[in-house]
Amino acid sequence: MTTRIDTRFAELKQQGRSAFVTFIMAGDPDLVTSLEIIKALPQAGADIIEIGMPFTDPMADGPSIQAAGLRALKAGTTLKKTLDLVRAFRNGDAATPLVLMGYYNPIFIYGVDKFLVDAKSAGVDGLIIVDLPPEEDEELCLPAMRAGLNFIRLATPTTDDKRLPAVLANTSGFVYYVSITGITGAASADSSKVAAAVARIKRHTTLPVCVGFGIRTPDQARAIASTASGAVVGTALVDVLSGSLDAEGRATSKTVNAVADLVRSLAQGVRAAPQAAE
Amino acid sequence: MSLPLPNSFRTGPDERGHFGTFGGRFVAETLMPLILDLEAAYIAAKADPSFMAEMKGYLRDYVGRPSPLYFAERLTSHLGGAKIYFKREELNHTGSHKVNNVLGQIMVARRMGKKRIIAETGAGQHGVATATLCARFGLECIVYMGAVDVARQQPNVIRMEMLGAKVVPVQSGSRTLKDAMNDALRDWVTNVENTFYCIGTIAGPHPYPAMVRDFQSIIGEETRAQMQEAEGRLPDSLFACIGGGSNAMGLFHPFLDDPSVEIFGVEAAGHGLTQLHAASIAGGRAGVLHGNRTYLLMDDDGQIQDAHSISAGLDYPGIGPEHAWLHETGRVTYLSATDDEALEAFQLLSRLEGIIPALETAHAIAKVMQLAPKRPRDHLMVVNLSGRGDKDIPQVGDILKGRQK
Repeated sequence: MTTRIDTRFAELKQQGRSAFVTFIMAGDPDLVTSLEIIKALPQAGADIIEIGMPFTDPMADGPSIQAAGLRALKAGTTLKKTLDLVRAFRNGDAATPLVLMGYYNPIFIYGVDKFLVDAKSAGVDGLIIVDLPPEEDEELCLPAMRAGLNFIRLATPTTDDKRLPAVLANTSGFVYYVSITGITGAASADSSKVAAAVARIKRHTTLPVCVGFGIRTPDQARAIASTASGAVVGTALVDVLSGSLDAEGRATSKTVNAVADLVRSLAQGVRAAPQAAE
Repeated sequence: MSLPLPNSFRTGPDERGHFGTFGGRFVAETLMPLILDLEAAYIAAKADPSFMAEMKGYLRDYVGRPSPLYFAERLTSHLGGAKIYFKREELNHTGSHKVNNVLGQIMVARRMGKKRIIAETGAGQHGVATATLCARFGLECIVYMGAVDVARQQPNVIRMEMLGAKVVPVQSGSRTLKDAMNDALRDWVTNVENTFYCIGTIAGPHPYPAMVRDFQSIIGEETRAQMQEAEGRLPDSLFACIGGGSNAMGLFHPFLDDPSVEIFGVEAAGHGLTQLHAASIAGGRAGVLHGNRTYLLMDDDGQIQDAHSISAGLDYPGIGPEHAWLHETGRVTYLSATDDEALEAFQLLSRLEGIIPALETAHAIAKVMQLAPKRPRDHLMVVNLSGRGDKDIPQVGDILKGRQK
């Protein structure tokens, strides 16, 4: 089974560069604006798009992404509407991989089997579910694999060599290396430590390894992209989005461009990086 | 209920932390290695006679155990039915059952070489117990407490600070216990290498629900022996209030396989079950939050709803996974008491027995007031007097003054 994610990494390998992965919360600050933002991302240089599924209690997220989720929920975003958003994007873009990222409870309540059918038909390619470690693979990871969706696992600085094989066992698409022990948006990663960690993971898998948490500037994106298969940016985009809103938290004429402009400059950072060694 | 009944209700959880379909380990990967280490450390500690002996010593000389089983004579004659006994957990050092669990966890933390302890707290009882034992063992202590709870439980905030703990008011979400737990988990993810998360109830990822239950089970074990001594037999019914449910599980667990013992847990019905409340079993359904699958208050999209209870310690939209399972198997009956019923019980107990209970505990008393008159005089009823009400005096005083106007 080849997914859009596999195809995209194969293309990037041909082009000799790493992937730029962007994160945006579905429905932030409202569903119409968020569709416009997501549509603008590939043009601005995003290779893979992660779409956050808002949740009231995002235990691994810092204040920026917590606030983004609450804005989205206030605007009436539900899991069903997030899937509608994916479908609307997919109507105009058949190639860009889309990954849904979030927490398990909304999916569990939606119903795992129904969710997988609906997500696949909407055009979702992969899932990142923060609170489903390999110990809980039977919940969603294994059904997702059977449904033809990539289940992208997080590896962290605390995932040692003994544990890595278990973490990687049912992972597909790519491995998401969380470069710090901490929540999103908290600290910057030390790129030499990241390089060592990526090399360690690469000894256990042939999958691409993307690195996220703590990347905010084009220079940081370039540094990470030169050691990893991809760089993930989330909080910095959410912050620039938040900064473009009016006093009531509503979108303004600047919102879509503010995000797209930052994506463009970060993408230049990624593209300036020498390709990571395989 | 329709589930096949197990041979024993006391053997759970399975090796992956499941009580039936509840429990589990739903946490971020960053925490998983540490949770596995903790499980191994706890299993080793339990099997180590010197650990158990040391704990027993502290329970006796520092906590003040065993806590008495007291015949509440005036409440019994006032209600005119069952013979009511109180398990006096409010007499423990720090004023509640919370210390039983904290002592155990701090001793495990010391075995693991962790020097920094974090905790969440609602009413502040768990925070105070954690701050107390951190002071006793010279450990750094950070307590996360919802900003709403910081305001309504000021006496406990002052106590924690006097004991050298840092109290962090949590401003996210509904600014109560659920959000305090979120921020404690965020701290833990960030400081995982040196930090031990001392969870205050029988919730969270495996092994916490089982470990906290084991440390609290001394309540029920003592009750069994004390009732045998007082009456020469088992009690007929048990009552305890439930937020996460640790005082209840501590009392219930040693009796789960005695079918003659009726067991009642009392959730907080807040303004009433059709309005804002904190009764996860009465008004919720199965979902996943804070590391476990259990009954939760949530909307149709799986978003967690704000709980409400007059008592900060019960103001949580979930319940321990073992309670969820005991509800589904039908072994334990879950009732609920409103804010008003708890306030009435709070006052009645203060005047009849000279015991000012915690508002949390008053919920259990409220149901005893309803059910004791319907039981015969030879019915032996035990209620867990889980905490004392000193911390609630300013809040209840304000409410009662407001009503007199």
